[in-house]
Amino acid sequence: MNLMSLTAAELGKKIKSGEVSVREAAESSLAAIRERETDVHGFVTVVDEETVLAKADEVQRRLSEGKLVSPLAGVPVAVKDNMCTEGLLTTCSSRILGNFKPTYTAEAVLNLERAGAVIVGKTNMDEFAMGSTTETSYFGVTRNPWNTEHVPGGSSGGSCAAVAAEECSYALGSDTGGSIRQPSSFCGVTGIKPTYGTVSRYGLIAYGSSLDQIGPVAKDVTDCALILEAIASHDPKDSTSVRREDYQFTQALVDDVSGMKIGIPRDYFGKGLDGEVKEAVMRAAKVLEEKGALVEEFDLSLVEYAIPAYYVIASAEASSNLARFDGVKYAYRGEDYAGLHQMYKKTRSEGFGAEVKRRIMLGSFVLSSGYYDAYYLKALRTKALIKRAFDRAFEKYDLILGPVAPTTAPKLGESLADPIKMYLGDIYTISVNLAGLPGISVPCGLDGNGMPVGLQLIGDCFQEKKLFRAAYAYEQTRAYRHCPLAQKGVSEA
Amino acid sequence: MAKNVISDETIEYVGILAKLDLSGAEKEQAKADMANMLDYIDMLNELDTTGVEPMSHVFPVHNVFREDVVANGDDRENMLANAPERKDGCYKVPKTVE
Repeated sequence: MNLMSLTAAELGKKIKSGEVSVREAAESSLAAIRERETDVHGFVTVVDEETVLAKADEVQRRLSEGKLVSPLAGVPVAVKDNMCTEGLLTTCSSRILGNFKPTYTAEAVLNLERAGAVIVGKTNMDEFAMGSTTETSYFGVTRNPWNTEHVPGGSSGGSCAAVAAEECSYALGSDTGGSIRQPSSFCGVTGIKPTYGTVSRYGLIAYGSSLDQIGPVAKDVTDCALILEAIASHDPKDSTSVRREDYQFTQALVDDVSGMKIGIPRDYFGKGLDGEVKEAVMRAAKVLEEKGALVEEFDLSLVEYAIPAYYVIASAEASSNLARFDGVKYAYRGEDYAGLHQMYKKTRSEGFGAEVKRRIMLGSFVLSSGYYDAYYLKALRTKALIKRAFDRAFEKYDLILGPVAPTTAPKLGESLADPIKMYLGDIYTISVNLAGLPGISVPCGLDGNGMPVGLQLIGDCFQEKKLFRAAYAYEQTRAYRHCPLAQKGVSEA
Repeated sequence: MAKNVISDETIEYVGILAKLDLSGAEKEQAKADMANMLDYIDMLNELDTTGVEPMSHVFPVHNVFREDVVANGDDRENMLANAPERKDGCYKVPKTVE
C-alpha cells in the first residue's frame, strides 16, 4: 500500500491505531520525493533523512505516551518556503534569501508541530509569492504533476504539486491574491484561504500584509478542515490576528446543503472564461442544486476593478515589506560597492528577480509624493466599494460559487512575457483577498487535455463552516482523482 | 503605445526610492512595464469614489497593545549567523559617516 495515496486523515488514523508507524509514514514520503522530484521539482529544500526520522521517532514516543491527540499526529507535511522554520533554510525562492536560516518558527507551523506533524521539506514558490505560475522562483520551475509540460500555478505551486504528486500527505500554502486556490485548481487538489486574521502571519515572510493568509492544501475537504483547525489560532504576536469564537471547522463536515442559498455572479462567466472550465463549474452548481441548495445567478459588479486595485495595494505593501532585504541582516550581499547606499542597491538589484523588481518599482511609485492620492488612496477606496458589493451579496446568499481561474494550467513558458495578461488570470480570486473573505478551491473535473478544473466557493467573513459544508457535500458525489504521475506508484521503502 | 509616459527622471527617482540599480536595458523595460501597468490601473478612474473612505483594513480592528516585556531569549549568535559580514558581535556595514 502506498501511504502517500491516503488522505492525511486516513493516514493519521492508521498511525493512531498502530497499523502504521510514524517512521513508515515519513519514509514513504521521502521515498516518493526521491522518485518524483526529478519530474516535479516541488521542493526547494528536502529535510535530510536522519533529521526526519529522528523527528518521526520523537513523535511516535509522544504518541505512545498519550501526549498527542491530534488526528494529524505523525502525518508528513510540506511547508511553503515563505514560512520561517527554525534552523531550516527559508528562501522565499529568492536569491536574496538563498542562505537564510530563521531563528524561530512561524506560528502556524509551530501549531502543526505541536499537533505532531513531521515536516519533510520546504516547497517551491514564485519569488516572494509574486507570480501565478511558480516560474519566477530563483531555484527553477515546478512542474504540474498532471502533465509536466504545464505549470502548477502559483505562487504556492510547489505545495500544490507536492500534494498532487503524493510526495507528502498535505502542505501549507499562502494566499495573497489566489496563491493557494489557483494552484490547487491547476493541480487537482483542495485548498482554502481562510478569513483574514484566522491564521497567524507571525513568521510568514510578508508580501502584501493586508492580504496575506496561510492556509491548507490537501487531497480533500475533510483534510482541509482538520488542518485549519490545527493551524488557526489567535496570536498576540500578530496584531491583525483575530480571536474567533469558533474553531471547530470539522463540525461542518456534513453532507447536507438543503436550503443553502448559493449565488453565481453572472460577471464571473463573461469573456475570457474557457468553455470547458465554465461547463465543469456549472455542472458542479447543478449538483449542489440537486442536493437541495437554492442556486441563482446575480450581478456582483466591480469584478474587473479588483485586479488594478490589487496590484496597486499589493505592490505598495511589497515595496515597503521588502525594504528589509538590504544586505545587512540576511544571507546575500552584493560585491564591489562604494559605500552603504551602493551596497543596498547592488544587493537588491542582484538579489531580486525581474517580477519582484517590477512590483517594488510600481509600489514605490504609487506611494511616492504626488501619486499617493491618485493611485494608492484610489485603490483603497475601490477596495471599500468591492467590500460593499460582497456585503450586499451576502445579505442574500450563504455562498458565492464560481470558477477559480479562467483556464486550466497553461504550458510552461507561456505566461511571463505579458505580465498584465498573467495578472488577468487572478480575476476570480483576487477580490476575495481584498475583502478579507474565505475561499475554497475544490476539484470539479478535467478538461479535454486531462488538466484539472477547480470550483471556487466564497463565503462571508468567518463563514468557513458554510464553505466546508457545501464543499464537503459536493465532494461526496465524486471520488478523488489521483494524477497519472502518482498512480505510477513508488517502490516502498 | 501606452498612454502614460514614464520619463527617465521618474525611473531614476523611483529607482532611488526602491533602492534598485537598474541597467540601461532594465530601465527601458521598467519604463514600458510601468506605463502599461498605469494605463491599466487608470481603469479605476471610471469609478466614482467621491465620499468613499479609503479602506486599509477590512475589519474594524484597532491598535493592539501589550506590555513591552522581553519574552524571548538572547538569540544574538543565531541571528548573526545569517549576516553576510559581522564583527565583534555586531553586523558589519560599509562606512556610513565620513
